Amino acid sequence: MSGPSTYEPKTGFERWLDQRLPIVRMMHDSFVDYPTPRNLNYFWTFGAILMLCLVTQIVTGIVLAMHYTPSIDDAFNSVQRIRRDVPFGWLIQNIHATGASMFFLAVYIHMFRGLYYGSYKAPREVLWILGVVIYVLMTATAFLGYVLPWGQMSFWGATVITNFFTAIPVVGEPIQQWLMGGFAIDNPTLNRFFSLHYLLPFVIAGVVILHVWALHVTGQNNPDGIEVKDKADTVPFTPYATIKDLFATVLFMIMFAVFVFFLPDALGHPDNFIPADPLKTPPHIVPEWYLLPFYAILRAIDFSIGPISAKLGGLMLMAGAIGILFILPWLDTSKVRSMRYRPVARWFFLIFVAVCLALGWCGAQSPDKVIGQAGEFTINATYKPAAGGEQTLTATGHTLEAAEKAFEKQRAATVASAGAGELTTTVVKPFQFKVTQFSQLLTLYYFAFFLLVLPILGLRETPNRVPETIAKAIGAKRGAAAEKGA
Amino acid sequence: MVRGFLIAAALLIAPAAAFAAGDAKHPHKEHWSFDGPFGTFEQAEVQRGFQVYKEVCAACHTMDNLTYRHLGEPGGPFAAAGKWDAASGSWKDVHLGAPHHGSRYVPAPDNPFVRAIAEQYEITEIDPTTGQEITRKGRPADRFVSPYTNPYQAKAIHGVAPPDLSVITRARHDGANYLYALLTGYADPPEGETAPGGATNLHYNPYFAGGWISMPPQLMPDRVVYEDGTEATPEQMARDVTAFLAWAGEPKQIIRKKTGFATLIYLLILGGLLYAAYRQVWRDVKH
Repeated sequence: MSGPSTYEPKTGFERWLDQRLPIVRMMHDSFVDYPTPRNLNYFWTFGAILMLCLVTQIVTGIVLAMHYTPSIDDAFNSVQRIRRDVPFGWLIQNIHATGASMFFLAVYIHMFRGLYYGSYKAPREVLWILGVVIYVLMTATAFLGYVLPWGQMSFWGATVITNFFTAIPVVGEPIQQWLMGGFAIDNPTLNRFFSLHYLLPFVIAGVVILHVWALHVTGQNNPDGIEVKDKADTVPFTPYATIKDLFATVLFMIMFAVFVFFLPDALGHPDNFIPADPLKTPPHIVPEWYLLPFYAILRAIDFSIGPISAKLGGLMLMAGAIGILFILPWLDTSKVRSMRYRPVARWFFLIFVAVCLALGWCGAQSPDKVIGQAGEFTINATYKPAAGGEQTLTATGHTLEAAEKAFEKQRAATVASAGAGELTTTVVKPFQFKVTQFSQLLTLYYFAFFLLVLPILGLRETPNRVPETIAKAIGAKRGAAAEKGA
Repeated sequence: MVRGFLIAAALLIAPAAAFAAGDAKHPHKEHWSFDGPFGTFEQAEVQRGFQVYKEVCAACHTMDNLTYRHLGEPGGPFAAAGKWDAASGSWKDVHLGAPHHGSRYVPAPDNPFVRAIAEQYEITEIDPTTGQEITRKGRPADRFVSPYTNPYQAKAIHGVAPPDLSVITRARHDGANYLYALLTGYADPPEGETAPGGATNLHYNPYFAGGWISMPPQLMPDRVVYEDGTEATPEQMARDVTAFLAWAGEPKQIIRKKTGFATLIYLLILGGLLYAAYRQVWRDVKH
């Protein structure tokens, strides 16, 4: 893809170095002369934006680690000390905490872009898989990092997540204890989480190098999903892509800055400003927003299937929801890469995005929350007074409490008029649609999209005509735009 | 599929009640001096708030993450400015508030107002030379003195440990409005409602989750006598102490907002220049 190197060492030193370690040549070929499809849109700037996010998190994180105290007695207060007493500590801590959210926002856009334009398809399978590896490492790093401030959500989030490992048969409990370094979330847990939180970003950086390497072997995909045929299809990375990436990165930084400086608490949970208390469980334990869809899938399974408990089922589906991305390149059977030319798949994709957002909403709600119900609660009763005879009582209400209240009134009136007696009651519950059921439907679509829609649709859908070259695709787009204008 | 349609129909017909029993009443949205990107604290307001905290709240609540010196930092309730007199090695013309021409902020450890506040407290510590327990006057670097000798005492005395107030406005959803509503929201319980388990040490407050709170109503009229002569109504005291606690939750918030504006202006200009450069670079390329 990259073709023969065009790097020409200009100085004596460069020539000397080039014969010993051609690092300048590599940088030149990768980031200066590297041919870039000329039809890339702004979704292709998120690679650069993610690079900024990773560097920002590592740099701010290293500074925070100089001031943070990983001990259950001091961790919470040391974060406050950073915010109050360390010069610019408030800024560095804000950037790091907000930066995690920005990182995930960018990575989700990057991933959905890959999904829409078919960037996972041959020959980019390894590139995609490396990306999924980075994403998995990111979620682990973010989870570990969220525990460090040692607030209520830190503690209880860690408790819930480590507890899920006990669902694994036989080895589950030993794994849980091994992760926690004891029988409960405690100082050893915090210490090892801190250590791993510092380690994993460098592992991410390593995989990012592989990701970029793989990218430069296959070349970038593009919105039309057409392979680059000749030089007319491309522009050199510098200055074309560089300047576009820089501009988009600054736009992203503006949004980033708005959160850092004006909405620092908007993305966090107030409970994490309460120091961790192992004796007091918060009413709703929720992870950070970027993990909510997976949390919803985890909790969606409230029934057991044979030997698989509800807990294990949830854990398997949550792992599967990310795991399925690894085999995505072989699930999609379509010959056409970009959904720009797949009129049906495009709609299934849009629903998929909506489903992911709805799963996020579900993850933030209490699973028992009633979204809607058909009908009302009805309490039917037969009352047999000791004096003889029989009376029927019926009360309805929108909630069980309301129905009970209405029923109690009738009962009291009946007892007062007919005297003591025997009462038999039955409660008729209306059909209630709760968050759990909604999550189940959404989870079903999530997996169906990968396991049914993409494999089957790829064989049955009639794609639109795909232009032969990128240059022709641009010509067609321009023609259409001109027609529209006229 | 049919079931799906039924559900959809049911959703349209019967939206469920938005709240479950036991949910707290939503606080009314108050107007605060520190609201929004331009918001800031009025020094008189946070000074009065500190007085309420000191004379009322501090009897039961800790505030572990504050030191007396924080009170004198720029933006704090007792920030003061003056002129440094090199000859005598001391600060001259020290006055509360932001510096005006010629003067600058007095470093918090030298701030006479802060020193006076700190000196009102007795600090108990171990003398490292003798190993004996001693007491000394407070210094600006000391943390706010706790009303308890150890963390267990709070729970032992009150049954429930009163929460630390260092970050209280950030530790509750819609913190400032919630706090104000809670402090002024004590009421008679609705007919027929009693404290859980018939407890007699709980007080009804619809803004508190569950409706029953351990803290008795505190802000009776004239509970404090304001040094600046402001009338100490319950609403006034609640407003002032809320402002003080909102400041204490993040003493750097004013500098945060100011830095934010500078950063945004910088980024907007940079973005504009980059956009112009981008147009220039791509002007002859079809894409």
